[in-house]
Amino acid sequence: MGKIEWAMWANEQALASGLIYLTGGIVGVAGQLKGWEYAAFGIAAGVFVCLLEYPRSKRAKGTNYERTGQYCFTVCVKAFGPLTSNYYVRAFLHAALCVPGGFMLATVLGCVCLGMASLIYLSAAIHGEHWQPIMPKSEPAKSVTQSIKHPPQNPPPRPPAEMRRKRAEDLESAAYVNPLPVTANE
Amino acid sequence: MGNFAANEGLSIFVILVWLGINAFLFVHFYMAFLVDRFYYTRVILGHALSWARAPAACLNFNCMLILLPVCRNLLSFLRGSIQCCSRTAARQLDRNITFHKLVAYMIAFHTAVHIIAHLFNFERFMDAQLEANSSSLPHVLSLIGNKDNESFLNPIRSNETNPTIVMFTTVAGLTGVVITLALILIITSSMEVIRRSYFEVFWFTHHLFIVFFIGLVLHGIGRIVRGQSFDSLKHHDPIKCHSQFEEWGNDPSCPEPKFAGNPPMTWKWVVGPMFLFLCERLVRFHRSQQKVVITKVVMHPSKTLELQMKKKGFKMEVGQYIFMQCPSISQLEWHPFTLTSAPEEDHFSVHIRIVGDWTQALYSACGGDKTGVQDAWELPKMAVDGPFGTASEDVFRYEVVMLVGAGIGVTPFASILKSVWYKHVQQNTNVFTKKIYFYWLCPETQAFEWFADLLQSLERQMTEKHMRDFLSYNIYLTRWKDAEAAHLRVQYEAENDPITGLKQKTLYGKPNWDNEFNTIATSHPGCKVGVFLCGPQALGKSLEKQCHSQSQGGTEFIFNKENF
Repeated sequence: MGKIEWAMWANEQALASGLIYLTGGIVGVAGQLKGWEYAAFGIAAGVFVCLLEYPRSKRAKGTNYERTGQYCFTVCVKAFGPLTSNYYVRAFLHAALCVPGGFMLATVLGCVCLGMASLIYLSAAIHGEHWQPIMPKSEPAKSVTQSIKHPPQNPPPRPPAEMRRKRAEDLESAAYVNPLPVTANE
Repeated sequence: MGNFAANEGLSIFVILVWLGINAFLFVHFYMAFLVDRFYYTRVILGHALSWARAPAACLNFNCMLILLPVCRNLLSFLRGSIQCCSRTAARQLDRNITFHKLVAYMIAFHTAVHIIAHLFNFERFMDAQLEANSSSLPHVLSLIGNKDNESFLNPIRSNETNPTIVMFTTVAGLTGVVITLALILIITSSMEVIRRSYFEVFWFTHHLFIVFFIGLVLHGIGRIVRGQSFDSLKHHDPIKCHSQFEEWGNDPSCPEPKFAGNPPMTWKWVVGPMFLFLCERLVRFHRSQQKVVITKVVMHPSKTLELQMKKKGFKMEVGQYIFMQCPSISQLEWHPFTLTSAPEEDHFSVHIRIVGDWTQALYSACGGDKTGVQDAWELPKMAVDGPFGTASEDVFRYEVVMLVGAGIGVTPFASILKSVWYKHVQQNTNVFTKKIYFYWLCPETQAFEWFADLLQSLERQMTEKHMRDFLSYNIYLTRWKDAEAAHLRVQYEAENDPITGLKQKTLYGKPNWDNEFNTIATSHPGCKVGVFLCGPQALGKSLEKQCHSQSQGGTEFIFNKENF
């Protein structure tokens, strides 16, 4: 299947799982269903997973499609260094987070989806991928000197002075204006 | 607004009908569970029962629909038969993938509602079982079924369990989790980012739909939705008897109620489309077994590979596309390519840009890396499925046509222009199309090479037949380097364009669409102008806007977009 970056799919799956975990948790707490403590954990875990997974990683090859407004999340996730850039850590983290969800019906779906995301991240880690932040490109300072070509060495060829001089009988067609009035040759 | 109705009318109508049916099914099945038969079920569950059954009905409907837009052979057949009646209806079938996605979103939405309702259902069933209070009706109802020969109402039969365990030990619960997980994996791998970058992940994961449909059909066999049996209703009226639940059995007018489960209904909805889809796959497989011979391989400079092939009984129309498979590269991968040859030719050809693994492997298999002559028997075996209809088929049904291609998107139009050449010049048949305006937007000059040859020969032929005015083409170079620009400035006065060698000069930058549309509208008042695009979405949106807004002297611009 070629050069697939598993992490990209793992990221989509994990983000979806976070949302599902969160929704299940909210339903569990709001409906006061049995085991709502697990649902409360589900809410916290879901929010955490969403925040962690929101910024997309920079791809090894190809164009990067950032999510809207992901820059501030990128900065936060970047700050944790190897904890977030290493996918083995992420796979283990997601696996650990998903386990409590299995104890309550409302969060079971979040649990299995997050478990799948963890497996895909494991695959990504085995393939040697890691998370890289997408930083905004700083514009290189436009070097002014480049646009100035070599100035010409010689003056442009011109017809002789008689031809160039403004003629008295045809002042309108001249290309320049004299500071002093023109008179015909004496 | 003028052209909006012409362009979008039928689509909006179809969407409204579909939404209407969804709404109707939702309300109808919501009400269907408010009848007396489910009175006792509602005593335990309340309205959560209806909230679960209504989206279930909508899910049945949408799962029936979702397979239909992807039966491309069936759609091609339908398109062919509708085309003689209505061009608009045939165009509607181009939007099949959009409809497929809409139905998928609706399935996801209804799944969410269904699951949330069932969370409450399970909770309430569990509560009813746990209440150790024999003066509570829900508990009494839950106890029914413990004695022999009694049918139960509450599917949770013991108070030593919990909803999660129940879910994993019932067929409905287990299949529910499995199919929802399959659905979520399908959806996450279908996100645009994944689809555009790693088509194989999308394609293979999408085949989880087989798991989805099997699970869906099995979901209801446990008959877990239970209500009073019809026989029991005759003897035991719940409205009268529910308050005397402590006397059931003792009072002759209120015997113990008997319950039965609803039979599974989903298979009735989905068996038809599943059969049609199976036929579709068989047709694709049969077509792929037909022998395809590569007659010529041409390597073009801008990493473009041209393959000319022959297949017995292959018939095509202009601008159609085929799916190609190369078993020596991959048994499972089928990739779509537009046909660049005209129907009048004795072979069919595709121009393939080498961008990914599969195309690179195809290039090597066809001897791209080797110098010297490649023997015919060394060329790889190919399988072809298609051709499938696209909007370009409609080109000759318009009197005036605007063709816009961006970069490699010009390929379907190569087919059209070649066909134009054959029709007018060689066969001299009376063609309905009177004028073609062709726009090609290209970021680099190298891509011109294979297409420029075609345009040059067309130009020559048209001049010979005094038909210069039939085709008006404009090539726009959207990116250039300074050094090239200097060379172009110097060559300004040359008769032939320095890049393409054509008499028509290459233009630079992007076209001013307002001007172009205005000019065409004023030159052809009262005509229906077909606008065909094969290119990026942004360009599509701006052209679509132009089509909707520009309408002078009765000129109607109808927008058609290619999509893969």
